[in-house]
This record gives sequence, structure tokens and C-alpha cells, in this order.
Amino acid sequence: MSAVPVTLRRTVELEIDGEAVRAREGETILGACRRSGLDIPTLCFGETLTPVNACRVCMVEVEGSRVLVPSCARKVEDGMKVKTASERVRHARKMVLEFLGSSVDLSTTPRADEWMAEYDARPERYGPPAPPAAEGERDRAQAGHHHAGDGQTAATVAQPVKVDNELYVRDYAKCILCYKCVEGCGTDWQNTFAIAVAGRGFETRIATEYAVPLPGSACVYCGNCIAVCPTGALMFKSEHDRRAEGTWDESQQTQTDTICPYCGVGCNLTLHVQDNTIVKVTSPLDHDVTSGNLCVKGRFGFQHVQSRAPKGV
Amino acid sequence: MDLRIQDQTATAVEREAVDAVLGPPESGWVGAARTTTDGHFAVGGHAARSERHLLLPVLHAVQARAGWISPGALGYVCRRLTIPPAEAYGVASFYALFAMEPRPPVVAHVCTDIGCMCRGSDELVAELQRTVGPAGEHPGNGHAIWLESPCLGLCERAPAVLVTEAGEDPSERSIAPASADDVAAALAGRVPERMTPEPVAQQGSPDVRLMRRFGVVDPESLDSYRSHGGYEALRRAFALGPAGVIREVSDSRLLGRGGAAFPTGRKWEAVARQPVRPHYLICNADESEPGTFKDRIVFEQDPFSVIEAMTVAALATGCEHGYVYLRGEYPLAWERLVNAVTLARRHGFLGENIMGQGMRFDIELRKGAGAYICGEETALFNSIEGLRGEPRNKPPFPVDSGLFGKPTVINNVETLVNVLDIVLEGGRAFAQRGTEGSTGTRLFCLSGSVERPGLYEVPFGTTLRALLDMAGGVRAGRELRSILLGGAAGAFVGPDMLDLELSFEATREAGVTLGSGVVMVFDETVPLAPVLLRIAAFFRDESCGQCVPCRVGTVRQQEALLRLVSDRPRGSVEDELALLDEIARGMRDASICGLGQTAANAIESALRGLRPFRTEAVS
Repeated sequence: MSAVPVTLRRTVELEIDGEAVRAREGETILGACRRSGLDIPTLCFGETLTPVNACRVCMVEVEGSRVLVPSCARKVEDGMKVKTASERVRHARKMVLEFLGSSVDLSTTPRADEWMAEYDARPERYGPPAPPAAEGERDRAQAGHHHAGDGQTAATVAQPVKVDNELYVRDYAKCILCYKCVEGCGTDWQNTFAIAVAGRGFETRIATEYAVPLPGSACVYCGNCIAVCPTGALMFKSEHDRRAEGTWDESQQTQTDTICPYCGVGCNLTLHVQDNTIVKVTSPLDHDVTSGNLCVKGRFGFQHVQSRAPKGV
Repeated sequence: MDLRIQDQTATAVEREAVDAVLGPPESGWVGAARTTTDGHFAVGGHAARSERHLLLPVLHAVQARAGWISPGALGYVCRRLTIPPAEAYGVASFYALFAMEPRPPVVAHVCTDIGCMCRGSDELVAELQRTVGPAGEHPGNGHAIWLESPCLGLCERAPAVLVTEAGEDPSERSIAPASADDVAAALAGRVPERMTPEPVAQQGSPDVRLMRRFGVVDPESLDSYRSHGGYEALRRAFALGPAGVIREVSDSRLLGRGGAAFPTGRKWEAVARQPVRPHYLICNADESEPGTFKDRIVFEQDPFSVIEAMTVAALATGCEHGYVYLRGEYPLAWERLVNAVTLARRHGFLGENIMGQGMRFDIELRKGAGAYICGEETALFNSIEGLRGEPRNKPPFPVDSGLFGKPTVINNVETLVNVLDIVLEGGRAFAQRGTEGSTGTRLFCLSGSVERPGLYEVPFGTTLRALLDMAGGVRAGRELRSILLGGAAGAFVGPDMLDLELSFEATREAGVTLGSGVVMVFDETVPLAPVLLRIAAFFRDESCGQCVPCRVGTVRQQEALLRLVSDRPRGSVEDELALLDEIARGMRDASICGLGQTAANAIESALRGLRPFRTEAVS
């Protein structure tokens, strides 16, 4: 093997909230902020994915810029002056959180409640939620046409959960359209392209072609979309069922790192175990070979581990 | 790429429609019947995937032939172009003019936008509901349907209707002004007659520069164009050379007419200097701002001028490949553009060795499919590339990384046609007209409650009052209530602003915008609340849905307005106004593109200036 190429990167100096900060050229503002210990909320950002800057919760103010900029995507520049907690920034984050909180079910989004409190977001001020859509209704929405209602209820993306296979469910009532699953399924990792963003405006949704059920789609059940989903809209069926029964209890779960037994790649697995049963499999993002991605065997092929001999045999 | 295509197969006519655009499939791997010569290796890789930019034209072909995009047809398209079906579905379902479910062949798109609201669209819709049935329902014969539509860009002859008929001999025809009888006849199967452009009101006026050939030249004849001064500017441009042309354009201080008012000379210079090749040139004719119809009239009256101006721009910036992206609702403009490009190519004004000068440049045409957002330049790139018309994050800017990731010049139609005069008379002479900060003349689209709606050209610096007077003022017996300047993304101004000087600097100072040149007039008989609600509905429909502030903010804005209009506010009226203000600030500061950033402008200006909902107690 030839020598490992070394990339020399310049250092740039910028100012974040009045403090001088050194950052590597090509680094994002978010990266520089996080290294400086600043806690900036993110939803659509993924360490292993191309930034799409769609959620707009990580917005910061950059001196000289007419509008706020997404810190997850904007690269640092020499002499840049960044404000991460100005009134404009806080207002933008508050609105994004209110817009999401009033239209999407964030009950399984980590840190959502904490951010709502931090930014004084009050989603309830847009009124009670409108009744959920019937099954398939949002999937059929025609671009450029909508039903407005009378404004007394707040439109939401609520709809029935899609349970069309034994491995994972798609609860699009929890979908914030962060594009991460589409990126993971597409050119960023899996190159399967089973799902894409469809429709337009508030009726935009993540869908297979003509919303065909997953077993009829190109899905290979690698579950890499579940791994990147920030809101729990994509979820192991084992987790979904336990949550529905009220038996999902993370405090009772252990996490065990191991190596996938199936092939020679050697992907790392983290087995989440509750009541002596594997309930979920994840993979650490910092693994140099797989960056947290798995295939169907590593992700879902664990049933044999917990196959018990029937009583009396 | 390993594609998984659904089992449904395309019908013979769907395949024909696709093959008419792409040619017959080469092998069983890309949709032909399998034969033994196909072998056991699939054709893939970059070459197979590089045809995605043909997706939009192919979808148009299927829609025009079959009336909808069926799963079988989409699967065939995907095989031909090596596109994953989920992605192709995502693109097709993005556009309002594509139906993803079966639909009758004849569709009447009835404009219910604000320009038509001033001129009887409400009555037209009520009449259709009474005689034909509700929007979206098939009348008796099941052969036709009518739908409500956003602005069709025919505001000077409102109310407007676009009738499309899918089939073996597909047709698209505008009806304007339209009566319920006209629409009923079209729904009953009678193809409407080809629209004839109305004479331009300003014919012969010395102020008129950009429109001087309108009504004089035969828009379908290259000879007629040349005998009226056509291609003199390109000849002069060859003499000046690329650097000379850019110098003249910079000297003219021409600012972009699409809305952002960016200096054209600077844009051209930035692209000309880029060492990366190829460079692309795009003429942005996707005007869809409610109340805007100037590009349509330029193409209907003088299409060759745009082609000549693009050739000058291509010469200056080193482009060999150009695109015109025209909005999909302009059948007559499209016909004339197609004809003009064909003639120009045939006579050596496009292609290899233009005018014998060794220059190579050609133009590809793209038709939009009902998406306002595609007028945003980076969304337009995505639309041409066969992706969803979602705006990209900036930076990088188009001059660095635009269409297909290459340096790209993208200019509005009106900006481009100005270049002809700049090259002919010199940049400094051009800059004599207009004001210090806004050189030249400007096209204004006058519509609504004016006596003579239409396209008017005046030097910058003309007052709003003078412009209105040219159009005969407010309709007889009516009183001026307000004027929407710059379109739905612009602002309402009251009669107290009639002395406003129409220039970039004066409007900026007054906190308003010229935008795309919309001047829509409202008299006292037009209730303002429904107009504001229509604007809110427009932005909700046209938001691409990519970023949260715009996708949800436009919905919350509409809901708050609905509560105000129905007099059922949550809390007090003042609470609702404060909430609208917060929503507006969030959208303006945090949206990715100009649509979300301006989606609250007109509504805010109306609430601030005209206070239609404020009660005595509140104010």
C-alpha cells in the first residue's frame, strides 16, 4: 500500500460570539462552534451525510449577510464574525421549533422538549391540531392544490403509521422532512434509491414511487434510514410494537458492542437488549469501514440468537 | 445502477410518446423487447445516467399524450433514462401540471389569482360551479375537468383560462378574456382558437425601446426581424469582441430585471473569467409571479430579439450551450419561440459558425410544468437537470457553480433584450436614459382595475402616477384603493404613494420593490381580504417544501389570515397581527431562498399600511 496522502489545511481565524476561534479551512461553522463548546441545536444535520440545511434550526448570524446562515453547511472564512445567540438567531430557532412542534409529532425526538423550553417555543399557540389525514390521503396530494380549512385548527402531517413489513415501520406523522433517510438510501451511502422526496409544499413527503408498500419497492432493508432518522419516524418494528404495548423501557436496556458474524467486512454492531431480547441494532458512526451503516443481515438478522427451543423439547 | 421497476408496463402510446423524444430504445436493457443480441451485461455507468436532464421533456410528452403519468409510463421512462423510479416520481409529483392519477384528457385551468380576481374570475368560477359542477369533478361526459389555477400570466386580458387536451394531437390553448360559455365549450370538446396578441398600447411612442418592434415585425419571420434591425447588434458585438461587449454592458450600468437587480456586467465578467469549461447561459423566462406577463409578450411579439441577445451574451461570456426555460402556461409564446429557434438554426444564426464568424452556440428549450419556484435561479438549474425544483444553498453562486455544477450566466428575458441596444448605441449612451442608479427603460405589467391593462415601457424615474395615466387611470367611475407593486412578493402601496419615482433607488428608499415589474391596481369594489387570502394560498401552494420556515410558515400565515378574515381570532386581533409578524420574521430570516424570504411581504405591507382588519379599538 502506498503512503497515506496527507492533506495540509490552512487555519482560519474567525470570531464566534466575540471570542477569537481558530478553525480548519473547509470546516463548517457548526463544527467550529461545537469544538468551542457551544451547543447548537440540529435536526437535519448528520455527521456522515452531506448537509442539506433544510430544517433551519442551526441558523446563526454572520456579519454582512442579509439573512441568517445555516451553520451546518456554511464553511468558516477568515475574519468571519458569527453570532450564535443573538435575538434574530433565537427568534428563527424558536419559529422553526414552533412550526415543527405544531405540525409534527416530536414525542420521540431526542432533546425536542429541552429546546422548546430553551427557545420559549409554544407550538400550541397555532391552535389545536387538525384531524389526522386518512390513510394514503397525503400520498395522493396533487402539487399546487390544497384544502385550506378555516384556520381554527393547525394543519399537521398526522396520518396512520405505515406498517407493511416485519422489520421496520414508517410513522410519517413524526417526519420533519430532514432528507437524511433519502440521502442514506441514495448517493451518500446505500445507492438503493427506494425512497425519495415527493410532492410539494406542505404536502411534501418521503415516498416510494406511487407510495407502493416497501416489499414492492427497491428497499433492501439495510435499515440505514432508521439509523439516521432524527425523530423516530423510522423505527424498528420491535421498538414500535413495544412502545405501543407500553413495554419499551430504555432504562432497562443494555448496549453491547460486538462484531457482525455474517461476513468478512467486520462491521461493528451495538445490540440493544431488553428483557434478554435484542430489541434494536445500531452501529457506531465512528467506525472507519462502515460509518454506522449496516446491511439487512447485520441490522435485522438477529432472530436466531434469541430463538428458544419450544418447551418440552 | 440496479433499477427495480414496478411490474406495470407502459402502453404502446405511452412508449411512443417517450420514444418520440428519446428515439427508439437501443436494447432490452433500456426498455426494448429483449433479444439474444442483448447479451448478459447491463449498460450502466455515467453515460447511462447522464441523460437525466431529459426527464422534464419526457414527462411533458407522456402527460400530453396520455393525460397523466401512469406507473407503467414512469417505469419505462426510468428504464430509458436510468433513473430510480422513486426519484422520478418525486420529480413528476413536484409539478402542478403533471397528474399522477388518471385524469380526463381535457383540462381547463381557470385562473383564480389576484389579477383575475379584479376582473371577474369569481363570477366565472361561480358560473362554472353552477353549470359544470365543482372544480375537479368530471362533467357528464367524463372527458373533461376544470381546475383552479394560480396566475396564468394573462393578467392584461383577464379572466384567463388555459385549456390542455391530451391525446394523439395534443393541444394547449389560452382563452382570455374567458367567459363561462367559452370554458363550457372547451370542456364539451371544442378546441379553443389560437389566441391573437392584442396590439400594444404604446405603439410608436419614442420612449419605447425594448418594444419597438412589437406589432411591427412579423414574430414568425426571421426575414421580417432582420429587415427591422435584427442581428445588427450581433454584428456589432463581433466587431467589439467579448471583452468589448462586457465593457459596454458594464458601462451601461444595466441591473437585472428579474427582481434582484444585480449588475449584469459584473455577472458576465465573473463567468467570462472562469477557467472551468463549459460555461452555460440560461434565459430565465419562468416568470410566474402573479401579475407578471412581460416575458410572454416579448416571446409572442419579438422572439428573435431574445435569441439574438442570448447569442451576444454567449459571445461575451464564452458559452456554447444555452437554455431558455419558459413557463409551461404560455402556448403561443412557446410556439413562437420554437419557431424562432428553428429558423435561426436553419439560417446560420445558431449552431456552428454563426454569421460566418466561427462562433459556436446553440439553444435548448425547456418548458416548465407549473412551479413558481423554478423561477428561482438555482431551482431552475435543478429543474433542467431533471431533479426536483428545489433551490440550492448559496454560496456557491451560479457564476462559480451553476447548471451541472459549471459557471453559469442566468439572466431574465428583459435584462437580455436590453443588451441589444447597449451593444448598438454603446453603454454610455444607454446610461443616459433613466436615472443615475437605474439606467434605461423598464417594462411594467399593468393589470387589475385600470382602464387599459397591458405592458408599458417607460424610462426609469417615471412616477407611478404618470404610468397609471398612460394606462388610462383607474377604471371609469371607480376610485383607487391600493396598488400591488412588484407582485405577490412585493408590497401594497396606497394612493398617497402615487408620486413615487419608479427606480431601484427610490423604491428601495421607500421600502418597496419593483420586483418583476408588476403594477396591479385595486379599486374600491375589490375586497382586499380575499386578495390577501389568495396571496397566502399562492405561497402555500408554491413553496417547494424543502425548508421548515417556508413549508410550515406559509401554512401558519394562511391560517392566521383566515382567522382574521372570518373575525374569529385566537386571542385578540392584535395577538394575531403580532403572530403574523413573528411568522414573517422567521420566514424572512431563516428560509433558504427568496420565495420564503418574501412570502410575507405583501401581506405585511397590507396589514401595516391599510389596516383592513384593525378595528377602532385596536388602532
